Amino acid sequence: MAKKQLEGIEKFNRVHPVTNALFTVLFALLALICIVPVIFVVIISFSSDTSIQQIGYSFTPQEWSLDAYRYLWNNREMIGRALLVSIVVTVGGTVLGLFLTTTMGYCLSRPNFKLKGFLTWVVFIPMIFSGGLVATYNVYTTVLHINNSLWVLILPMAVSSFNVVICKTFFRTTVPDSIIESAKIDGAPQLQIFFQIVLPISLPVLATIGLFLTFAYWNDWWLSLMYINDKNLFSLQAVLMSVEKNIEFLAQNASTMGVSAAEYAASMPRESMRMAMAVVIIFPIACAYPFFQKYFVSGLTIGAVKG
Amino acid sequence: MAAQAQKKKRKFSWTRDDTELTLLSLPTTVWYILFSFLPMFGIIIAFKDYKVTAPDRSFFYNLLLSENAGFDNFKFLFQTGGMWDVIKLTLFYNIIFQILGILVPVTLALLMSQLYSKRYGKICQTCMFFPYFMSWVVVTYFVFAFLSPDNGLVNKVLESLGYETVNWYMEPKYWPVFLIFLNTWKGMGYGMVVYLATITGIDATMYEAALIDGATKWQQTRYITLPHLKNIIIMMFILNIGSLVRSDFGLFYQVPKASASLTPVTNTIDVYIYNALKTQFSPNMSSAAAFLQSVVGCILILLSNFIISKIDADSAII
Repeated sequence: MAKKQLEGIEKFNRVHPVTNALFTVLFALLALICIVPVIFVVIISFSSDTSIQQIGYSFTPQEWSLDAYRYLWNNREMIGRALLVSIVVTVGGTVLGLFLTTTMGYCLSRPNFKLKGFLTWVVFIPMIFSGGLVATYNVYTTVLHINNSLWVLILPMAVSSFNVVICKTFFRTTVPDSIIESAKIDGAPQLQIFFQIVLPISLPVLATIGLFLTFAYWNDWWLSLMYINDKNLFSLQAVLMSVEKNIEFLAQNASTMGVSAAEYAASMPRESMRMAMAVVIIFPIACAYPFFQKYFVSGLTIGAVKG
Repeated sequence: MAAQAQKKKRKFSWTRDDTELTLLSLPTTVWYILFSFLPMFGIIIAFKDYKVTAPDRSFFYNLLLSENAGFDNFKFLFQTGGMWDVIKLTLFYNIIFQILGILVPVTLALLMSQLYSKRYGKICQTCMFFPYFMSWVVVTYFVFAFLSPDNGLVNKVLESLGYETVNWYMEPKYWPVFLIFLNTWKGMGYGMVVYLATITGIDATMYEAALIDGATKWQQTRYITLPHLKNIIIMMFILNIGSLVRSDFGLFYQVPKASASLTPVTNTIDVYIYNALKTQFSPNMSSAAAFLQSVVGCILILLSNFIISKIDADSAII
């Protein structure tokens, strides 16, 4: 009964139908602006190069073709390796990041922990101050010696103070102290309490932070640009970033290479190929994100609670 | 008295719990020391004439051996490095980004909360969220599909309408608009969803009461919705104010394809530091610029937080 009443009031409190129609059109337009570029890139990746040369990039190509994907498939050694690097970095980084973030978050959420004040500063200072690009670059390359290895793609992004604060607030507000106290009375060490009691009941925050990390690692190209010279360690993003240079390089050197290589370079579907590369990167995200979207929002709203 | 002393002692004594928690937090503490605090010490490079005298030794060894330069690096930066232009450009973009970054998502969230069909709203949200998940490298290709001088859609349309085609990547005058558009485009879905989450969390009975008192839709927004959004808007504002002296490297470097002719409108601080470090190999200039960026950013956050805590103590984040 009460619910029905509310519905009635809501109906009465609505905007004018014309306003609603206007809003509907506006949001349709905005949604299109966000989606159309992706569709466009997918269409281009399926266009034949002759079509692109004649009418340019078009939503309605004269001729469809799978050449770009065939070419990528022929280069599966390079593309496959890049895909592998991307996957290893994404999975490894997410797991490591989750471990480091949640352990710190948990320790900060314990009210009686003696180092709590000190560690809070450790987490807080990097939020407002950083060493800057030059010092960071020099420390990574000459002190830690992690450039040109998978480590440089994984380690620097593993922890963010923002995520630690989200975790801490979540543990502080959602995990009841009584559970932890009773486990302690039973003689369980903190390590066991954390892994066997706290983590299993904290899946929402794990999902949120895991997703933040997964997307950040999958989309990262900055660390590759700064620290990776070895082509074997290029991730998909790094390959896409340098694909232009590679294509030009191949084309320029076509005359100096053997005949078969020159022909190969000439037959390369240049225009559609780079778009196909982009599609390879977008595809997993486009499939996954509608399902995970809500966790992103919950992450920000958990973090918004002051701790 | 004795019991009190014992209690006090217990409060300050180190327990097994503390040892275990210390162990648990140790890996992350080590991470912070290596990846956040070590570079912070390196920031004194801005006051040194950095020379690599021993290439096989570490950065800090060389740093300590390098001669003190006082403020020479900064003088050089402003007198010959064109730093003022870089700062002006960075501030120009960031102030616009900051305003649009709050105005656009809040407005869209307010409009979306009024839609009749919640389902339709959800679908639009999902679409508008999409660009947020794209890296700038991928966005570069989206942009290229439209703006490519030979094959781009825009030039083809211009051609078919009988206009002159434009070599987009050589014409600086258009790019401020493009960059502002792209930044808004990429962030609006996320911002909108965040504000919308707050709006849907507002107690519906407030609107009922307002309606009974005869409040119009606009008055309800002005006196109920906006005050509820105030805290989160202020939080976003403080978080963003530190990035007034930061520029999105991907947006300003990747998206314009690092085109040299576009430098006048893309040479913002992060692009400048990157170029000074990676292409001109000038650690002195780039480190001075990076120092300014870190310090000014820090001061800005603390200052805005201080001002806000004076006005409204609950809204400050620190």
